Amino acid sequence: MSVPSSLSPLKALDYGVVQQCMHCGMCLPTCPTYDETKLERNSPRGRISLMRAIADGRMEATKTFADEMYFCLGCLACETACPAGVNYTELFETARAEAEQSGVLEKPTRSWIRSLTLKGLFMHPPVLRAVGRLLWWYQVSGAQALFRKAGLVRLLPANLRTLEPQTPEVQAKFSCDLIAPIERPTGEIRHRVALLTGCVQDLILANVNRDTADVLMANGCEVHTPASQYCCGSLHGHNGEIEAARTLARLQIDTIDPFQFDAIITNAAGCGSHLKHYDHLLGEDPAYAPRAAEWSRKVRDISEWLVEIGFRKPTASAGATSVTYHEACHLCHGQKITRQPREVLRSIPGLKLVELAESTWCCGSAGIYNITQPEMAAKLQQRKMGHIAATKTTCVATANPGCHLQLQTGARQMGLETGVRHPVSLLADAYRAEPR
Amino acid sequence: MILPSLMTFSALDALSQIFPPDRLLSEVEDLIPYARDGTAAMRQMPEVVVFAESRDDVAATLKLATEHKFPVITRGSGTGLSGGSIPSPGGVVLCLARMNRVLEVDSANLTLRAQAGATTISIAEAAEAQGLFYPPDPGSMKISTIGGNVAENSGGLRGLKYGITRDYVMGLEVVLPDSTVIFTGNKCVKDVAGYSLRDLFIGSEGTLGIVTEVLLKLIPKPAARRTLLATFARMEAAAETVSAIIARKVIPCTLEFLDRVTIRCVEDYMHMGLPLDAEAILLMETDGHPAAVEDESRLMEEIARQHGATSVRIATTAEEAAQLATARRSAFSALARVAPTTILEDATVPRSELARMVSHIQEVGTRHNLKIGTFGHMGDGNLHPTFLTDERNADEMHRVELAMREIFDFAISIGGTITGEHGVGLAKKEFLPRAIGESNLAVMRTMRSVFDPHGILNPGKIFDPAAPQS
Repeated sequence: MSVPSSLSPLKALDYGVVQQCMHCGMCLPTCPTYDETKLERNSPRGRISLMRAIADGRMEATKTFADEMYFCLGCLACETACPAGVNYTELFETARAEAEQSGVLEKPTRSWIRSLTLKGLFMHPPVLRAVGRLLWWYQVSGAQALFRKAGLVRLLPANLRTLEPQTPEVQAKFSCDLIAPIERPTGEIRHRVALLTGCVQDLILANVNRDTADVLMANGCEVHTPASQYCCGSLHGHNGEIEAARTLARLQIDTIDPFQFDAIITNAAGCGSHLKHYDHLLGEDPAYAPRAAEWSRKVRDISEWLVEIGFRKPTASAGATSVTYHEACHLCHGQKITRQPREVLRSIPGLKLVELAESTWCCGSAGIYNITQPEMAAKLQQRKMGHIAATKTTCVATANPGCHLQLQTGARQMGLETGVRHPVSLLADAYRAEPR
Repeated sequence: MILPSLMTFSALDALSQIFPPDRLLSEVEDLIPYARDGTAAMRQMPEVVVFAESRDDVAATLKLATEHKFPVITRGSGTGLSGGSIPSPGGVVLCLARMNRVLEVDSANLTLRAQAGATTISIAEAAEAQGLFYPPDPGSMKISTIGGNVAENSGGLRGLKYGITRDYVMGLEVVLPDSTVIFTGNKCVKDVAGYSLRDLFIGSEGTLGIVTEVLLKLIPKPAARRTLLATFARMEAAAETVSAIIARKVIPCTLEFLDRVTIRCVEDYMHMGLPLDAEAILLMETDGHPAAVEDESRLMEEIARQHGATSVRIATTAEEAAQLATARRSAFSALARVAPTTILEDATVPRSELARMVSHIQEVGTRHNLKIGTFGHMGDGNLHPTFLTDERNADEMHRVELAMREIFDFAISIGGTITGEHGVGLAKKEFLPRAIGESNLAVMRTMRSVFDPHGILNPGKIFDPAAPQS
C-alpha cells in the first residue's frame, strides 16, 4: 500500500532538497551518533538516503525509520561540514513529520504525553507557568525530599526513575516577576528591542533573562518584554508538528510586531535558530509572510546583537577568573555564531577564556533528546564533561538552556565544582560590579 | 563468474556464526545507506553488511565467500568517487571502518603502522604529534580510510612535490581470496627480495586481496611555508607560469588552479572580491627550510608577473595564507551548490598539455550546452572537470555522457589518462580499454584470475573477467 504524497511530507517536499546531498561523506566525522556507532544509518548521509528512499517510493516509513529520525540529535554539525549546502534542518523536520504522520510510532502513552506537552503545556503559557509554580512548590516545600526519602522514586517507571534526579530546580520568580513590560536605560535611548523570554529559560533560568535586559539597557536599548509570551515553536518544529509550529509562530508575531523594533532578542540558541526561520515557515501564508520576513531579519542572538552595536566593555571583573566556552549546536551550527560569545567573554577584565576541546560537539541535551534517548545523551554528556574538566576552569559559559542544564547535571554527577553561566550573565555581573 | 543472485540461506547462516548481530546488518533500513558511496548517480543494494574487527574476521569472511560463491565488497568510509565500494549485485559489504587504530609510530625508522580502517587524518595527526609528516591529502581525508587510499592509490594537493599514496606505502598485510594472510614489504628503505607484491595491491580497488594493515613511510615536517595567489587573463599564461617555475628548478608543494566558471561560482558563494574577468586563478605554495621558502616565493612571484599575472598576492601570516587558500578550498563547495547533481571527474594529462585540456573542456561544455567548472592540480596535470547537472534530467544526463566521452578521448589522445586519482571502479570501466589498450587489459585479467580464481572480490569493478561484451 503506497502512501499518497499528500500524506507524506517527504514526498511533498521539493525533491531538490533531498537530491542536494551528494553522499560524499564529509558529514560523517562531525556526526556524534555516527562517531559512536560507525553505522551509516546513524549518519546524516545515511539518514538522507532513507529519506530519499521514501521520497522515491522505494520504501515506506517504518518504525525503524522513525526511531532513526529520533536518534538523530538534530545538532546540525553536518550542515556546517556539508560542502554542498544541504538544508538538513528542513530534511530533518520533514522526516520527523513523516514519522509522526505515518503513525508508526503511535503508542497510547506516547500520544498522551505528546499531546499533553506539545499541544497542551507548550501551546498555553499560563498553563506552563502554573505547572512551573506547582513544581516549584513541590521542590521547596520539602515534598520532593520526602518523596525521595520515602523511596517512592522506585514506584516510577524505569525511564522516569533515571530522570527524576535531573529534574531542574524551578525558580521562585519567572521572567514576568523580574522584568517590567517596558524598561528604559538611564541615558540616551539608541535602540528599541523586544526581548523573548523563552519557556525553559523563563521557568528555570529567569535570571538569565533579567541579566539580558540589564545588559541591553547598559548598552542604550529600550527593552520591551511582553509579560505573557508563547513558545517559539522550535520544540514542535523539531518534533514533527510543523502545523503547531506555524500556529505558534503566528501567535508570536501577533504578540510582538517586528516592524516596531530594531531587533528581537533571544538568549536561547535553540529558540534563535528556529526563530530566524519564520520567514520560511510562514512563507506561503499571505497574511503573515511580510511580517515573518521582517521578523527573520530582526531576530538576533544576544551576543550577536551586542557585537553588532559595539557593546561597551566593562571596567570591573565578573568574579570568575577563568572560563571555558561550550558552543550550543544551534548557535554555532544553526546560526553560525561562534566569534561573538567569545568576544563578550574576552571583554570582561580579569577573565581568562580557555578554549574547550571539541567545543562544537553536542553535549547530548539536544532539546528533549536527553529524555527520549538517555543512553546516547549520557555518553555525550560524559565526553563533554571530560573536556570541561581538562580545562581546569571553574566556570563554563554556554548560551542555551538545554545545554545549561545538561552541563549542570553533568558537573554534579562527576563531582565537579564547575559553575555554568550564560555569557551575558557574566557580562551583567561585570557591569554590576562597576563603581557607580 | 558469480551470477547476481540472492545469497543462500546457508551462507547467511554461516556469516552469522562469525559476526554477532550488532556486526551483521540485514534490515532494509540498515542496507539502503550502503547502496552508495561518494559517486554520483549510482546505487546497488547489498545483501548484507558485516563489520570486521580483526584480520581473522576478514579471512573467515573470504573463506565463506569462496565456499558459498558470494561477492565481497570491501568498504572503508564510502567516500570513493568511482563507485569502487558500491555493492556488486548479491554481494556482502565487508566494512573495515571499525579497524581504525594507529598501531605504531617509529621515529627511528620514520614509519607508521595502522589498521586499514584508520582515517587518513588520524594518520596525519599521529605523524604530526612526533614532528613528522604524512603528505598524501585526498579531499576526503577527514574521514577516508587509509585502506581505501591504498586501494584507490589516492592523490591529493601535494602530488607534484611529495607524490601520492603509492610513494608512502612500505608494507601491507593482505588477506587473499583463499583466506591466506601475507605481509608484503618491511621497514627497509631498500628491499629487492622477489617481486614487489605490495605494489600490485596498491590501486587494485579491492579486486586482488583485502588490505588489513598498512606500514607507511613518514618524512620530517617542513619548517616553513609560504602561500601566493595569482590571477591571469588567460589560462595559457597560468600554465606558462607553472612551466617556467619548474624550469627554474623550483618544485612548489601546491600549484592549484581554478577556471573561469569556478571563479564565478566561488565569487557568487564567498563574495571575496575575485576578478570576474579572470580566466584563471593560481594558488601556489612552497615549503621547506625558511631561507629556501623565502627565495622561492620571491622567484615565483617574479615569474608570475613576467608571464602576465594581473595580480599576485603573498601571504605573510598564517591567517592571510588561509584567506588566500579559501578560493581554492571552497571551489568544490561553490560548484556543488549550483546544481542538484555534481559529477566530479579527474581526467589527467601531462603538465605541458594542461592549458589545451582546459580549453577543450570549456569548448565541449559550450557545444553540449552544459555547465562545467574545472579546477585542480596544475602542477601534476590532474584536472577536476565538474559537471553541474541534474540526474532527473535524462536529456541533460545523456549530453553529460557524450561530453565526458569526448573529454576522455581527448585526454587519451594527448598522452593523458581517464583517471588521475579516483580509480576506475564502475564509473570509468567502459573507458578503460581505450585508455590502456587490449594487451594491458589481457595481462590484468590474467593476473586477477590468479589471485581471485572464483571472482569473489569486488566483481564487475575495473573490468570484467571474461572477454567483454562487444
